[in-house]
Amino acid sequence: MNKRLVSILAVVALGLLGLFGPWLFPAYVSQFSKLWLFIVLALTWDLVGGQMGYNSFGNIVFFGIGMYAAAVVQVGLYYPVAAYTAAKGGGTEFVFDAAQFYTGLAVGLPVGGVIAALVALLLGSLILGMRGHYFAIATLGLAVAAGELASGWEFIGAGSGMVTPTPPDSIDTTILFYYLSFALAAVTFGFLAWLYSTRYHLAINAIRDDEDKAEAMGHRTTRNKIIAWALSAFFLGIAGGIYGNISKFIDPIDVAFNGAEIGVWMILMAILGGMGTLWGPVIGAAVFYITKELFWTFLLGWQRVALGALIVIIVVFFPQGIVGWLKERWPEIFGPTEEEMEAADARKGS
Amino acid sequence: MNNLSLLINAPIFNIQLLLDGLWIGAIFALAAFGMALVWGVMNIINVAQGEFVILGGFITLLAMQFGLPPLAGIPIAAVVLFILGWGLYRLVIWRIVDADMFISLLATFGISIMLQQLMNEIFGSDVRTAESNLGISYLFDNMVTVPHIKALAFVLAFVIGFGLWLFLKRSRMGQAIRATAQNARAARILGIDTDRVYAATYAINAALCGAAGALVVMAYSIHPYMGLPYTIRSFMIVILAGLGNLVGVIASGLGLGVAEQFAGFLLGTEFQLAFVFLLLVVVLVWRQWRLAQRRQYLK
Amino acid sequence: MKTFRKGLMVAVAAGALFAAAGAASAECTITLGAAVSLTGKYSTNGTHTKNGYDLAVKVINEKGGVKVGNQTCKFAVKYYDDESTPARGAELAERLIKQDGIKFMLGPYSSGLTKAIAPVTEKYKVPMVEANGASRSLFTKGYKYLFAVLSTSEQYLQSAVALTAENADKLGKKPNQITVALAMENDPFSQDIRAGVIEDAKKYGMKVVIDDKLPKELNDMTTTLTKVKALKPDMLVVSGHAKGAATAVRQIAEMKVDVPVVAMTHCDSAKIIKKFGKAAEYTLCASQWAPTLKYSDKIFGSAMDFAKLFKKTYNYDPPYQAAESAAALLVYKDAFERAGSLDPQKVRDALAKTDLMTFYGPVKFDETGKNIAKPMVLYQVLNGKYVVVAPSKWAEAKAVIPRPKWSERK
Repeated sequence: MNKRLVSILAVVALGLLGLFGPWLFPAYVSQFSKLWLFIVLALTWDLVGGQMGYNSFGNIVFFGIGMYAAAVVQVGLYYPVAAYTAAKGGGTEFVFDAAQFYTGLAVGLPVGGVIAALVALLLGSLILGMRGHYFAIATLGLAVAAGELASGWEFIGAGSGMVTPTPPDSIDTTILFYYLSFALAAVTFGFLAWLYSTRYHLAINAIRDDEDKAEAMGHRTTRNKIIAWALSAFFLGIAGGIYGNISKFIDPIDVAFNGAEIGVWMILMAILGGMGTLWGPVIGAAVFYITKELFWTFLLGWQRVALGALIVIIVVFFPQGIVGWLKERWPEIFGPTEEEMEAADARKGS
Repeated sequence: MNNLSLLINAPIFNIQLLLDGLWIGAIFALAAFGMALVWGVMNIINVAQGEFVILGGFITLLAMQFGLPPLAGIPIAAVVLFILGWGLYRLVIWRIVDADMFISLLATFGISIMLQQLMNEIFGSDVRTAESNLGISYLFDNMVTVPHIKALAFVLAFVIGFGLWLFLKRSRMGQAIRATAQNARAARILGIDTDRVYAATYAINAALCGAAGALVVMAYSIHPYMGLPYTIRSFMIVILAGLGNLVGVIASGLGLGVAEQFAGFLLGTEFQLAFVFLLLVVVLVWRQWRLAQRRQYLK
Repeated sequence: MKTFRKGLMVAVAAGALFAAAGAASAECTITLGAAVSLTGKYSTNGTHTKNGYDLAVKVINEKGGVKVGNQTCKFAVKYYDDESTPARGAELAERLIKQDGIKFMLGPYSSGLTKAIAPVTEKYKVPMVEANGASRSLFTKGYKYLFAVLSTSEQYLQSAVALTAENADKLGKKPNQITVALAMENDPFSQDIRAGVIEDAKKYGMKVVIDDKLPKELNDMTTTLTKVKALKPDMLVVSGHAKGAATAVRQIAEMKVDVPVVAMTHCDSAKIIKKFGKAAEYTLCASQWAPTLKYSDKIFGSAMDFAKLFKKTYNYDPPYQAAESAAALLVYKDAFERAGSLDPQKVRDALAKTDLMTFYGPVKFDETGKNIAKPMVLYQVLNGKYVVVAPSKWAEAKAVIPRPKWSERK
């Protein structure tokens, strides 16, 4: 049993679980769609937070932007958006047939991702010069402001929210969005696995370990930071688009720019699993999401007390995360490979 | 800009907005003193700040049920919250003092959602208010209103701020707190029980929030889930003021309160918060840009 | 984890079998599903909703249960907490239907939550009788499984606007000279109210001079009230669930804002009379129901009987949120008995044909599922009591318009 084998087995197992999920647990398909999306959230947060050391409270901004952008495109391809939102999510006069619905999704989701990435490029060039807490604080400010701005903007429904297009009955949206979510999780995971094998990964790790030194060595740190944030935003934006369609109703503060819940959860999931690892966010998301669902089912009225206690316990006692703990416990299976050790030594030595 | 011309044509309303801004700003400042202290001394950003405030309000209501006058709620809430703060330190916070600040943010976030639901279960889900019976003054032919409780909150913010400053300057504990803030390790070497200092700091923070909460329930209203605005504002005030700067906290607290009132009036209340937070980002970006000219950065 | 899921499914399946077996032995339980806001922003009214459901279940079960065909059934409700967030509500509805095998749903609290849940119940063709989603847009989507016992949002303050127009001469104006100030929470329900009021105001040619949207965490509206003082509108309309009503009543009195007409929603759920006493006087309040109305049914008796029973059980006067929630159960009982079956489709068809008198008022659904039989009422707080002032059929007194100025009050 070496680490590589474990990873391959895990990927295969997850892949099979994902593909055949709807047959294995037909009653839980929606929950599992959200689980796949949560994995995306944790993975993309970790790209910037764990791998690059820039702890952001503002990633929820890209999630929300993707959600609204996708919905606006889905509607806007066929109907005037302002009329649609003014009718509070449309009535019987705003009907989408199957072709329109699929086209809307096929165009809307990528557009959501691209717009989120563009916004990340812009915001990143403004605030990624800040470091440490100031970056975290600036992103928090953006997250709050984004939700408030969205709830003041009539075009997208303001505080009344926006309803995503309702597909015709012939489309089984549960299954559709399940596979979309799964595909997005798989692609994100695959992309990050590839990215973490490139020189770029070392470059952003160097930013985390010592940014001044990285800069002194001639790395173009600012450019690398902005690219990382934009990549993270792209996948987040698509995830937001899918999430909006699963929720069907987009509320500016409670769904789209829900920083106090989803925004914090994505960080927690990454920490719980282990920051700065590829598998950490995946494991963290799964464990966190399932625990949360169980709390909500069995601890009615006290679920948040339990969740709060869990959060405290996670961050106080397991700041290194599950993967970190596994590495310590069974280094022969989960520990770093020789190459990685060498690299780490080299980093320490320098 | 109809609203602007309104203010220009009837300048009297500027006074009302200014006063309302000062009142609410004073309460923000009260909540922010503690945050500045805990942040400066322990390097912890306490996200449960707003919940401490709300809890202070509920404690006041509880005290009133025992027949105590509402104003007695201010010291009572402070004392109860002091004890709670001390307990929380002993239970959780001491473990995260040396950890990364990010860890402390999340841990206190956990505490805050626990407190929210606990308050909801214990005190119920009603919107609650208390009557201070202090009366109200009306100036300029009823055009400007000054509820005395709000004015009291304003005065108290200064008094407490001054008291805190005196405490930090003169008392042994205060000096120990400052020493620990400057260099915890050196303080330990010199025989200061830093653990005790941290506990006291966190408890004082909770007590200040408790007092603020007592004022909130008398001047405004409370609900178990309405703590977040106070946390966010305290946070912003501390950023604007800088750590360990009590005068700065008062000034930026009042400034923030006034800015919000005018923003709400001029732009419409729906953009009040957005304005404030965009302002935060703009201030940070501007400071960063200035520093970048000298190849430095905000850290 | 997978084994756990499987285990859970086996348990659910076993439970279903057990329930089926129970049905055969002439003693059956109809479990209704509900996601209500027990925590979060709407927890005040979420609790009222749950209390209403619980009381109705208890009373109906005590008074012989539900006769479905030749067996007698009891009601039970399975609750989840949606935490006042729409995303959570939709998730929980799905869970109730798919995992807990719920075939009949009760509504959540608030329009936003109902908007989030209705697409789910519609998708699985599960009937939902809701009592707290008043948004008009819920009934323009062609939903077939959604039934609302309450009056829709545009009716809430219709009579308040009409009343102001009728009394325009007392304000020394013509109806089209009247100016209106709106202070509405920025959430789906209040924004719907806003749309309704603007529409009505337009009908009379009134002019909207202030149109503020208040934040969801609202506990201070002095900026808006300062604007009101400056512009002196004839009518101030406030909507923001319980916290909006509480904040408005307190601060209007505190700042001595003199507006001839002040109308708002959620007065009774905010308990404004108990909390603010004289400060609440003369406030016009939109209400779905009042204990003084002369409606009655066989289960609860009169509206007043319901109010007394509720007070005895929960130790506070029932706000209309509780009454309409209880009425939802009566509607279900009636539909089950007429359908004579536990088949969701048949029950839906029976629901669509509902024509029922309850302590809460008559219930009759149009083809979009909204109750068209029951009017809204408008209270005014007079001498420390809610007094119905409109519609004229139910009015106990004439509305006092304009409100006395603060300087003229004792």
